[in-house]
Amino acid sequence: MISILKALWTVFVHLFKRKVTVLYPEEKPYIPPRWRGRIILARDPDGGERCVACHLCAIACPVDCISLQATEDEYGRRYPEFFRINFSRCIFCGYCEEACPTYAIQLTTDFEMSEYNRRNLVYEKEDLLISGTGKYPGYNFYKVAGLSIKGKDKGEAENELPPVDVKGLMP
Amino acid sequence: MVTVYIDGKPYQVKAERNMLDVCLSLGMDLPYFCWHPAMHSVGACRQCAVKQFRDENDKKGKIVMACMTPAAEGTRISLKDPEAMEFRASVIEWLMLNHPHDCPVCDEGGECHLQDMTVMTGHAYRRTRFKKRTHKNQYLGPLVNHEMNRCIQCYRCVRFYNDYAGGRDLGVFGAHDNVYFGRHEDGVLESEFSGNLVEVCPTGVFTDRVLKKQYTRKWDLQTAPSICVHCSMGCNIIPGERYGTLRRIRNRYNGEVNGYFICDRGRYGFEFINSPERIGEPYLSSGDVPSGDILLLSGKEAGDAKILKGRKILKEGEVLPHLRAVIGGAKGIIGIGSPRASLEANYLLGRLVGPENFHPGFSAAESVLVRQMVSILSDGPVRTPSLKEMAHADAVLVLGEDIPNTAPILGLALRQAVRQKPMERVIREMKIPQWHDYAIRDAMQEERGPLFMATAAGGRLDGIAAGVFHAAPDDIARLGFRVARALSPNAPPIEGSFTEDALSFADRAAKALREAKRPLVVSGTGAGSLAVLQAAANVARALWEGNRNAALSLVAPECNSVGLALIGGPGINNMGIKDAVKAVAEGRADTVIILENDVFDRLDLPDVQALLRARQVVVLDHLPNHTISSLHAGCVVLPAAAFAQGSGTLVSSEGRAQRFYKVFNAPSGRTAESWRWLRDLLVDLGRPGSESLFSLDEVLSAMGREFPAVRGAVEAAPAADYRIEGMKVPRQPHRYSGRTAIRADIDVHEPKPHEDADTPLSFSMEGFEGQPPAPLTSRFWAPGWNSVQSVNKFQSEVGGPLRGVDPGRRLIEVTGMGRVSYFTDIPGPFTPRADEFLVVPLYHVFGSERLSAMSPGIGELVPPPHVVLNKTDAESIKALSDMKEARIDFGFASFRLQVRPDPLMPRGVAGLFPYGFPGLHGVVLPAWGKITAPENARREKEEK
Repeated sequence: MISILKALWTVFVHLFKRKVTVLYPEEKPYIPPRWRGRIILARDPDGGERCVACHLCAIACPVDCISLQATEDEYGRRYPEFFRINFSRCIFCGYCEEACPTYAIQLTTDFEMSEYNRRNLVYEKEDLLISGTGKYPGYNFYKVAGLSIKGKDKGEAENELPPVDVKGLMP
Repeated sequence: MVTVYIDGKPYQVKAERNMLDVCLSLGMDLPYFCWHPAMHSVGACRQCAVKQFRDENDKKGKIVMACMTPAAEGTRISLKDPEAMEFRASVIEWLMLNHPHDCPVCDEGGECHLQDMTVMTGHAYRRTRFKKRTHKNQYLGPLVNHEMNRCIQCYRCVRFYNDYAGGRDLGVFGAHDNVYFGRHEDGVLESEFSGNLVEVCPTGVFTDRVLKKQYTRKWDLQTAPSICVHCSMGCNIIPGERYGTLRRIRNRYNGEVNGYFICDRGRYGFEFINSPERIGEPYLSSGDVPSGDILLLSGKEAGDAKILKGRKILKEGEVLPHLRAVIGGAKGIIGIGSPRASLEANYLLGRLVGPENFHPGFSAAESVLVRQMVSILSDGPVRTPSLKEMAHADAVLVLGEDIPNTAPILGLALRQAVRQKPMERVIREMKIPQWHDYAIRDAMQEERGPLFMATAAGGRLDGIAAGVFHAAPDDIARLGFRVARALSPNAPPIEGSFTEDALSFADRAAKALREAKRPLVVSGTGAGSLAVLQAAANVARALWEGNRNAALSLVAPECNSVGLALIGGPGINNMGIKDAVKAVAEGRADTVIILENDVFDRLDLPDVQALLRARQVVVLDHLPNHTISSLHAGCVVLPAAAFAQGSGTLVSSEGRAQRFYKVFNAPSGRTAESWRWLRDLLVDLGRPGSESLFSLDEVLSAMGREFPAVRGAVEAAPAADYRIEGMKVPRQPHRYSGRTAIRADIDVHEPKPHEDADTPLSFSMEGFEGQPPAPLTSRFWAPGWNSVQSVNKFQSEVGGPLRGVDPGRRLIEVTGMGRVSYFTDIPGPFTPRADEFLVVPLYHVFGSERLSAMSPGIGELVPPPHVVLNKTDAESIKALSDMKEARIDFGFASFRLQVRPDPLMPRGVAGLFPYGFPGLHGVVLPAWGKITAPENARREKEEK
């Protein structure tokens, strides 16, 4: 009897507290910028794909929902031939973003991904690629890597000396 | 054994080792770069620093390199000493100064020794702010990629390539910190072992260029233990698959067989498996080819031509009833086996058609040779050695076999064998331990042990041989008989004259072999001469009389030739496939089942026509070949699994039965191992006993009961019901990625993994995670050791056998005295004919094996076909001297080829090079042929 009265009292007190229910979707809740929502693939500041198909996101993924195939353009720049995330398996843990050495894969604040058909939750590279740099502006992996690509030959990366003349004998 | 103390604990270890070797053998983690278990110590990289103490009272100690410290009695070292650990971390830091920020785009990433060692020493943060040195890369051919920025100057590449494998075109250039490893200019690496640079290089300077085309990380590859099918040596390999295509092949260490290295043909010859021309479905050939007509089309042409377009695909459920009807309506069936198909497939074909109708798919000449070879090895007194033993021989005589091209890995073993004698002298006289590599090499200088080569034409081993002799097969055989006679008075005497060169060669070879402790005679079927084989057997026997350590190694033509000869039974027939032709021609059989064999390679053209005129021909194979494109209407073609798509057993030249396991299921879904097609057919026909032939194990044990010679094949690997702690061994690494996304574009519901009832391996990442028994080892990986260097953790001691025992079971062991006595059939000296040449096969490592030559990477390296003639011969043929092409006429077939005059070629002999080039079909070599200038070429010349 006492416990029922106690419960009634608790409910009554809550009548005068601030409401927590939000009239979603008319009213949007606040989403912090570090929210782990829908995954995207970002681009370099000069517009190239940031993903270099290193497979680290795929191996970091605890539910194995990322699969990709590496390929190269004629100048040796590596990129994913296909890049697939099965969001129906994704648990939005963010390990892929943590593992990514090039800031290519990023989790965004978008969480509105409900679908009637599970197949629509399988995102290919076209669906994942955005046109900007996402959360990390400025970074360009190939500018700091030793690999030469189109427009950047050996020794032209940041912090690099010009290629060695092997035949030189100067000390 | 001596007692050494490591971090205060005593260990009993072998005395002739160094402390790095000892630490790794004891399972400890000590970083290193320049040391390699096969190439030993040079002390260049300073990475394996440890602290050594004088005695138990010495608390100060000094830093030494473990790889240069002998394991002497009472040696005290510390791995965990803080100063040593700091030293090791700073060495890595120096090495990393110029190492580029490449790991995400580097093909070595995830299996990089430099990554592993960096993590092991704890160097995690880059402090230097200076600029990085850079290098230009070189084009090194279609197999190996060069990215010189990543180099850490460990010198392993040149030590392997030049010192170990005898290459000459990879060197070190530049000075001080600009040292550059490469060729003098861009170009294809010459050595047939260049692919090993990928595994030898501790970082990503040399990477796999074929894998690069569709790059996959090591952790994403589905792998299973397998055996190389591109020659008869039986090297152990690990093929890796991803997304339904085979991506690469890595060496699988086997202490008795290939050790740490495989040749490029084995490493890069796999691409034929991924060919778009693969036969994917069972079908009936179209009616376009009139019975008995020969259409010489390559696989691609056959695909484009109507032949494949007009075919009728047999649907699921139609195949067996159709085959039942074919076999039911046959007036007689013969089966043609294959030396490149598994033991199991050949056995079941024999069972299907009956032993009297089973013809091992050898050509008539090959059949005689392989049978003779097996009889010499199993009934003679001389033991056939493993590759490891051959690398330790101290005198070698090679008779007639072009080793670097027909059995490349044996060539590598012989390159080590020539070092044995001088090395033993240096170790004995100068007291230098064997692992002290540069000291030994410095002391040896250019001194080499005795290697005597008698072959038809010049070869890559000639440069390191003490004696070289080039002659026609008969003369090589005579030389062998002469050596045998010089070694033992019991050997048959030989009459007739010899040239001075031959006499001196024979005397020197006999002397060297007699003086050797572990003499070795190598020969094989490559020369196509029975007399050569018999001569080699005589030499070995003569040696054996005085030295029981004498060994005889005979090279078989294909990966399962020996196995096929063991179950082909000498009593059945001796003419191989030729008997099959006879049976069809005489009307004793009207239905032929051809197992993984292109009969154009085994028969002369008229015989092929006779054989394919049979009422019904059933072919099981991977790729369209000439046999398949020449089938007449209604013949059945069944898609057979290639080596990595099936499981089975092969028998190498050594007589070692080794199991290869299915790495992945063929993407077509209707492709099955040949033995499975044949088993299904046996069951469907309700043959007695076929109900107990369900699994691979049952087939193997049934075969063992019928053929005691191959009974041991059952023991080559654990049976299918083998479990460790109740679990199967997974084919996928525990870090395999993408499981729930790979097929998500087709279906979001993940399918059940394929069942594998035939092996203890599973198509999954789940299962036993520790080290499985050696025959089931699908990959080399250990915690902290992601690179191939982790093989140390799988061996009972560094460079020794794998834990347990090295995989494979030898089927041929000598039994006491032996029933084969001396061969007395000595041929007369070879006399050139006036109007004909003896056309012999000349092999090339790339091109002489058909399957590997179909792989794009290897295909690029196949030399253009030509005919090699002695210079004088070439000049003597009228009108040929100033004409580049010649016509070689065998009567029933002729070929037009470029001529290459060669002073080393014996007179009267013509060599077709590389034997097996596309277009060379319907001729079995050696054969006599006429060589003339081509008709139209001559006319053109006259017109001018």
